[in-house]
Amino acid sequence: MSPISRREFIGAGVAAGAGLVIGFYLPHGRRGEHESFSPNAYLRITVDNKVTIVVARSEMGQGVRTALPMILAEELEADWKQIEIEQAGASTLFGDQTTGGSASVRTTWDPMRKAGAQAREMLISAAALTWSVPRSACSAENGRIRHAASGRTLSYGELAGKAATLPIPTDVPLKQAKDYKLVGKRLARVDSPAKVRGEATFGIDYRLPGMKFAALSRCPIIGGKVSNFDDKDSRKLGSVSYVGTIGDSAVAVVADSVWGAMEGRRLLNIGWDEGPNKDLNTAAVVTSLKQAASKKGASLYLAGDPAKASGRRIAVEYSLPFMAHAPMEPGNCTAHYQGSKCELWAPTQVPQDCRDSVAQAVGLDPDQVKVNVTLMGGGFGRRLEHDYAVEAALVSKAVGAPVKVVWTREDDMRSSTYRPASLHQLSATLDGSGFPIALMHRIIAPSISGQKGQPTPGGVDPDLPDEAGPVYGIPNYSIEYVMTETPVPLGWMRSVYALQAGFALESFIDELAVAAGEDPLQYRLHLLAKDQDLPYFTTTWKTARMRGVLQLAAEKAGWGKPLPAGGYRGIACFGCFASYVAEVVEITAWSGSITDGPTVPPPRVHRVVCAVDCGQVVNPSILEQQIQGGVVYGLANALRARITLEKGRVVQGNFDDYAPLRMNETPTVEVYAVPSAESPTGIGEPSVPPIAPALCNAIYAATKKRIRSLPILST
Amino acid sequence: MAEITLRVNGKDNKVDVPSETPLLWVLRDTLELTGTKFGCGAGLCGACTVHLDGNAARSCSTPVSQAAGKSVTTIEGLGAGGLHVLQQAWIDEEVPQCGYCQTGQIMSAAALLAKTPNPTDEQINQAMNGNLCRCGTYERIRKAIHRAAAEGGSR
Repeated sequence: MSPISRREFIGAGVAAGAGLVIGFYLPHGRRGEHESFSPNAYLRITVDNKVTIVVARSEMGQGVRTALPMILAEELEADWKQIEIEQAGASTLFGDQTTGGSASVRTTWDPMRKAGAQAREMLISAAALTWSVPRSACSAENGRIRHAASGRTLSYGELAGKAATLPIPTDVPLKQAKDYKLVGKRLARVDSPAKVRGEATFGIDYRLPGMKFAALSRCPIIGGKVSNFDDKDSRKLGSVSYVGTIGDSAVAVVADSVWGAMEGRRLLNIGWDEGPNKDLNTAAVVTSLKQAASKKGASLYLAGDPAKASGRRIAVEYSLPFMAHAPMEPGNCTAHYQGSKCELWAPTQVPQDCRDSVAQAVGLDPDQVKVNVTLMGGGFGRRLEHDYAVEAALVSKAVGAPVKVVWTREDDMRSSTYRPASLHQLSATLDGSGFPIALMHRIIAPSISGQKGQPTPGGVDPDLPDEAGPVYGIPNYSIEYVMTETPVPLGWMRSVYALQAGFALESFIDELAVAAGEDPLQYRLHLLAKDQDLPYFTTTWKTARMRGVLQLAAEKAGWGKPLPAGGYRGIACFGCFASYVAEVVEITAWSGSITDGPTVPPPRVHRVVCAVDCGQVVNPSILEQQIQGGVVYGLANALRARITLEKGRVVQGNFDDYAPLRMNETPTVEVYAVPSAESPTGIGEPSVPPIAPALCNAIYAATKKRIRSLPILST
Repeated sequence: MAEITLRVNGKDNKVDVPSETPLLWVLRDTLELTGTKFGCGAGLCGACTVHLDGNAARSCSTPVSQAAGKSVTTIEGLGAGGLHVLQQAWIDEEVPQCGYCQTGQIMSAAALLAKTPNPTDEQINQAMNGNLCRCGTYERIRKAIHRAAAEGGSR
């Protein structure tokens, strides 16, 4: 299930009954025997005054282990220094636990607040009963309940036993933004000290007694299978204890060490059944997108009747390649299969999918599979798959011992799931001043969910409702999606389709501004001048909020003010995951043509100014991290990221031919948030889409060359 | 297999592994010092950075035999008796996101400051360009190095 369809599921649950998400009744002990108070699954207060907040999303660097507890602790009126954090594994208590779609804060904001408020109200009641005073005379503050009139106080731990005997309220008052003590503050991340000491345990660091290590040789040809293998040389290595097929397209080598397994794998001789894609190459993918472009698409958004507009018409095509997530920690998982049960230690964004898929693969019921969620060395959507978990469980079952499967970088690059390649047809009909009276955007791309056999109602990939919405209040405006097919495995990669949709739209708007002889900022502001609601699936995009971020970014960047000689700016804005982002990029022009390849140094991107409207900011420092990270990730996508295919195989293998941004290429990124008390919206991904068009628009300003196909540089 | 004496964080260890085994895997699997990370296996990302006699080295591409007789320092041994000033600067500047590359980043930065106590931005680029971060923490890394330098970070 994709992040969005899961989110819709949660949303429906919340709407159907407020108690569903937070009201998990955890059985109380008998009266008078309570060691702990746990009114909901997110919180546990023990009589020794330990306050534990459970995080039911996965930490992959985006700060959920800090931000989500802050939300609960705010309502609880807890002493932040006292809080302990517990990572939930796959559970039935929290609804969907998928970490994706920039959804962790926006979907748990309400449940976490209510969970904290519920406990706070019960602790107040417990104190009032203890002191025989009215509830209204008691208040919660910094981990204690206080009776103002007498000055008496009791800690939450002292009240836990009594609170646990009280009925759990379902309708609880929530704090107002003006009273926040934690939310909105730059609280230090709880996970930093262990991470800088090298003491943080990532998936790849997990260790069990008697553990074996496995490396798998997976068929390099997409859709190919193992035909035969010869493990004679592998088995000569003393450390190799097992070689065998896993599924029909991989051979596992098990050894006493990771290095032993990798060496054993290197010495394998495997005959591959190359299958139906042995001649697949990148050109064929591009051709299939072009061929599909003539098909009628599914309507994502329609205002007015764009086909009827008459006037000067401009039509342009944009294209983007496959891309790979390439998180720093390669794929891995530890599994211990023991006949009637299987336990996993998984760096995963989808613990419940891991549980269910592993259960099916090894022949157990889901409740016989326990999934522990480890820290992750980046996710970016790659760990929304669960291939590594199934592999680990199958190998553990095969050898009868706990096993850690470790992927190499080449495995990660060549056996990944890729951001879909896409083609975009943009056309506009212009009025006499060069502004569009009609705009059409056709997105031609394969469906990630569709390829995985998940529902695509009405021919719409279920991620598009979060990622490809309208930006401008153009009276005749359509967005269509043409679903194509590809054998290339597809995955959700940071900002998913928003990267493609944003690049195409915001490059095109820049082209229209140039054609009209207008300043790119003023042109956009003109198209956003009127306050309009643009309803798009479950989101209502507001032109006023988009205008707000554009103006803020432009003002902070000094748009229109002269730059030193050779300096140029570009601007772009886009909305996704219910947040609004505008970015201004400053570059220095360089000599040579853009497509000259590796002999030409990349454009120097000095400075990026980013304005965001994501509602209430929970932690401004984490917000900055996410924006800076999204910009750096997006710049790498724009400049160099490209997965190509030859003879059914992914060409790129490591960080030399799929090169992320390095420090010397990284601009300063300034982050400005529009003050807001609206409920929080997504922040992990929305800074990614505007950066490629903003950069390309700056390159146009510098060179008069329009980039319509990514990446900008060939490697 | 060969018995090799490896001096890691000031302590001698006898390890019995094939001599071509990368130092990285001996540290991680044999000595269970997992703060040193595997990222690319080809010296391209710097996640595996350790010090060999005080110089930054990519342990994924260093056969263990080449480390014999040298002093190996890993992240676990960097801040003798507490946090190294760089580690504290990393916390103060809120550098880590996922954190996976950060131990390698810190080791590269420590080798830099040991030789260049007050590095310029350009010197930081040169020393740190071999360390990749997919979370995009470079700007805060730069700030943390400057902060540590100001606080006497060569210690």
